[in-house]
Amino acid sequence: MPETEISRADSYFEFITFSTGGQSFCLEITQIREIRRWTPVTALPHTPDDVLGVMNLRGAVIPIFDLASRFGLGATPGNERNVVIVAAVGGTTIGLLVESVSEILSVAKSSIQETPDIKSEATRNSILGMISVGDTMVRVVNLDAVLDAGLGVAV
Amino acid sequence: MTRVLAIDDSRTIRNLLRVSLEGAGFEFHSACDGQEGVDVFPDVDPDVVITDINMPRMDGFGVIDTLRSGPNRTNVPILVLTTESSDDLKARARDAGATGWIVKPFDDTSLVSVLRRLTGHVN
Amino acid sequence: MSGNSIRDTFFEECEELLEALVEGLSQMEESPGDTEVVNAVFRAVHSIKGGAGAFGLDELVNFAHTFETVMDKVRGNEIVVTGDLMALFHRSGDHLSDLVVAARDETVANQETEAGLIKELEGHLGPDHAEEEFSFDALTLDFDADSSAAIVIDDLEGSQAQDHEAERRFGIAFTPTRALYENGHEPLLLFDALAELGTLSVEMNMAQLPDFDAFDPAEPCISWTLDLLTQETETTLHEVFEFVEGLCVIDISVTEVPAHTQVEPADGELAPPAFDPPEETPMPDATSADSVPDPAQAEETASPGTGPAASVAGKEPRGPKATLRVDLDRVDRLINTVGELIINQAMISQRIEELDLPTVAHLTNELEAYKLLARDIQEGVMAIRAQPVKPLFQRMSRIVREASDATGKKARLVTVGDSTEVDKTVIERLADPLTHMVRNAVDHGLEKSEIRAAAGKDRMGTIRLSAAHRSGSVFIEIADDGAGLNRERILEKAIEKNLVPADAELSEPEIDNLLFLPGFSTAGTVSSLSGRGVGMDVVKNAVQALGGRVSIASQPGKGTTFTIILPLTLAVMDGFVISVSDQTMVIPISSILETIRPKPKDIHVIGTDSHVVSVRGSYVPIVDVAENLGLGKIRSDKEVGILLLVSTETQGLTALRVSAIHDQRQVVIKSLESNYAAIPGVSAATILGDGKIALILDPEELIKLAQPSASDQIAQHARMELRHA
Repeated sequence: MPETEISRADSYFEFITFSTGGQSFCLEITQIREIRRWTPVTALPHTPDDVLGVMNLRGAVIPIFDLASRFGLGATPGNERNVVIVAAVGGTTIGLLVESVSEILSVAKSSIQETPDIKSEATRNSILGMISVGDTMVRVVNLDAVLDAGLGVAV
Repeated sequence: MTRVLAIDDSRTIRNLLRVSLEGAGFEFHSACDGQEGVDVFPDVDPDVVITDINMPRMDGFGVIDTLRSGPNRTNVPILVLTTESSDDLKARARDAGATGWIVKPFDDTSLVSVLRRLTGHVN
Repeated sequence: MSGNSIRDTFFEECEELLEALVEGLSQMEESPGDTEVVNAVFRAVHSIKGGAGAFGLDELVNFAHTFETVMDKVRGNEIVVTGDLMALFHRSGDHLSDLVVAARDETVANQETEAGLIKELEGHLGPDHAEEEFSFDALTLDFDADSSAAIVIDDLEGSQAQDHEAERRFGIAFTPTRALYENGHEPLLLFDALAELGTLSVEMNMAQLPDFDAFDPAEPCISWTLDLLTQETETTLHEVFEFVEGLCVIDISVTEVPAHTQVEPADGELAPPAFDPPEETPMPDATSADSVPDPAQAEETASPGTGPAASVAGKEPRGPKATLRVDLDRVDRLINTVGELIINQAMISQRIEELDLPTVAHLTNELEAYKLLARDIQEGVMAIRAQPVKPLFQRMSRIVREASDATGKKARLVTVGDSTEVDKTVIERLADPLTHMVRNAVDHGLEKSEIRAAAGKDRMGTIRLSAAHRSGSVFIEIADDGAGLNRERILEKAIEKNLVPADAELSEPEIDNLLFLPGFSTAGTVSSLSGRGVGMDVVKNAVQALGGRVSIASQPGKGTTFTIILPLTLAVMDGFVISVSDQTMVIPISSILETIRPKPKDIHVIGTDSHVVSVRGSYVPIVDVAENLGLGKIRSDKEVGILLLVSTETQGLTALRVSAIHDQRQVVIKSLESNYAAIPGVSAATILGDGKIALILDPEELIKLAQPSASDQIAQHARMELRHA
């Protein structure tokens, strides 16, 4: 990828990158409330496998999703290093279980590429775009899609 | 700062008065009926009183009468707020001891100019 | 404060005033002749008018004025209140309420209704009415009053306006009376006001200063002579003195006109020979400048004991209790924080217990005190949100009135227990269901007067609305004394609509509950009143959403009663902490009739997989909670668990099987829906002492989930019907 000089007019976005299910993802930093160590959750009945349960976040009851499982990458194996990314979408707060958080990435809008035409529409919907960092490709997660799919099953 | 005590049972009117008068540099106090008005009068010690006529517990005439008589009588200017512009009411208010009157709905400019006239208040 | 929020306050206040109006009107009926009640009604209308005027809401001002004028006559005993007039007042109150809503939403209220009401109201005003109208016109003129004039005096002197630009010199002789000072006037301030109009010179005369011995500080002894050079007219000068007219001797004369027409100059003497009262200023007699009020008379008006204050002082004050207006968000934040406090308290207690200290006894006492204090705070905070159901009930009187008008039936509303306090949210969300039920009660519940008379009943039907606190719940009943439910017709209708199979054998309560099925309507034709697309199913859903339930009781010929049972608060609940499989959960105590530790021999298998337990000779179906929540089943015969006997509206007696009961405690209710979604069989969640989340079970839904029973199939069937419609 050629080094491009980013014009000053171009807007920057900050992302937090993380990995789960052997792939790299990121979320825009303004959507993230906090990052917590994994603690056991209370399971919810009649919910899909990727809904791990609910957790107490300072008095609020928030659902925790297994992101890898949601993206069809298999359930995240239990590990002490696992973290929960607490994110907010609209008025809703949710937690995403991931394997580890990597770094903060500052990128210009122009360097976010569109998601290529892939077969799975569900996956395509839940990825907003892609960013190249060195040799790896980081997927920008569409929280709305995660949430919609999450609620769609339970309702 | 010139202190105003406004006595009116309508929250809306009290709010309107507060906005107009605080904007014009008055120190604003209010009471929501005549009885409360005369009760807080000594503590507020206003430079001018604005009172509604129709109120629960004690009406505007009661306020004027209480403030103008008895051992603690005062010559503080009392402005009557009224929806009626009848001469009869004005005469009654004056006879009771009111200093002046203003007809609701009032506008800011006229209210402030009347208060200024009664108190010598300048911004 | 922005203009809009003042406007919002006005509409908020209107709500309160309208409530006061409705309450006042009903009190007028209860205790006719109580002038304080009439005064309160008058004031409510008057205050709405006053505020509306400030926002230029002319329609509202106009109607309120007419209403108020009639009420004023009632107040002055000029009009006798009859039943017809009371009815007119009620309808006028309703319309006033419509006008407020119209003004708020910037729509238009029904003008036909208004015209009719105004005509009727004016009909009570008698022959003096024309004059009243006139004086009101004068008031409306004031709306457009030019803002420079403090007090609007109609400027009748067009001719003088031509001279506006030229300067004239006025001589003003001013002698204040004692009353002028007593009324709070200060001559120097009047002079300041004059000085603003032009160039003023002031000369003080102390000729009347008495001997020192006779000096009365209250008796004025100074007069002034003023000289003003101004472009203003004489009218403007008189306006400066408007408030003091009658309280002083004042003479204004032109001493120098621009055309150099010589006018005899005033030389500063008091009471000049050519005293000329200003004819162009329409002043009433009492204020004309040539009569000095008798100081003795002035003294008398100001003397204590004769004014209105004295008559007021003798009365018991009727004013409202002192209240504090607080932003609802702040209260809710406080409630939330107190919830955290309760959880925190439970956590600390648990941790200390776990420490298993040797000398824990007195620490336990302190902890117990902490717990009680925390509960006290919580109750106190909850009480802030609690509001009496009165305003809600009051609104129903209008519904009854309108419904009886529309159906031609005679009906009255009786309310009981309207001081019962309920959470604010409950009151808000109950308004629609209650409206519907009350309307139904008149429309479907009550018979026509002839039929009632033939049955030996009072021609006028009664709708009884009551509220009460009973065993930690709020009971709201809507009862009519009508014919009772026509069960035959209900069943027929349900079969006709394919809601139940034609050969269904249903018990009376089951038939009654058919009313709650979506899309059910018993009226032969869809009436203009109840046929608005809202059914009892909507009522039921609304009540259930509040954590409550609704039931029906009906007696042929005697009437029907709907009972709504609601939790006292939406924020806390008494529950059993239980184990279900390996999960800790909470079940509301209110739903549990008794707990049973069955012996294996009490449990019997029916069919392949169903169990029943014999309770005092009758067999009750067992629902395994873990199984129905997908958490695995308690299978082993040794682990029979504990059975919680619950009675549900639709499923009757059922036993819920859980692994164990640990504790009984108050829990703070946390919504699952705010961040996730509703989960069948689970009503909410709570946070336990260890900070973990426990789910709160909904027994009714849980049981439905387990065993789709006859009536549930009916409901599902109905839902399917709706979807396909």
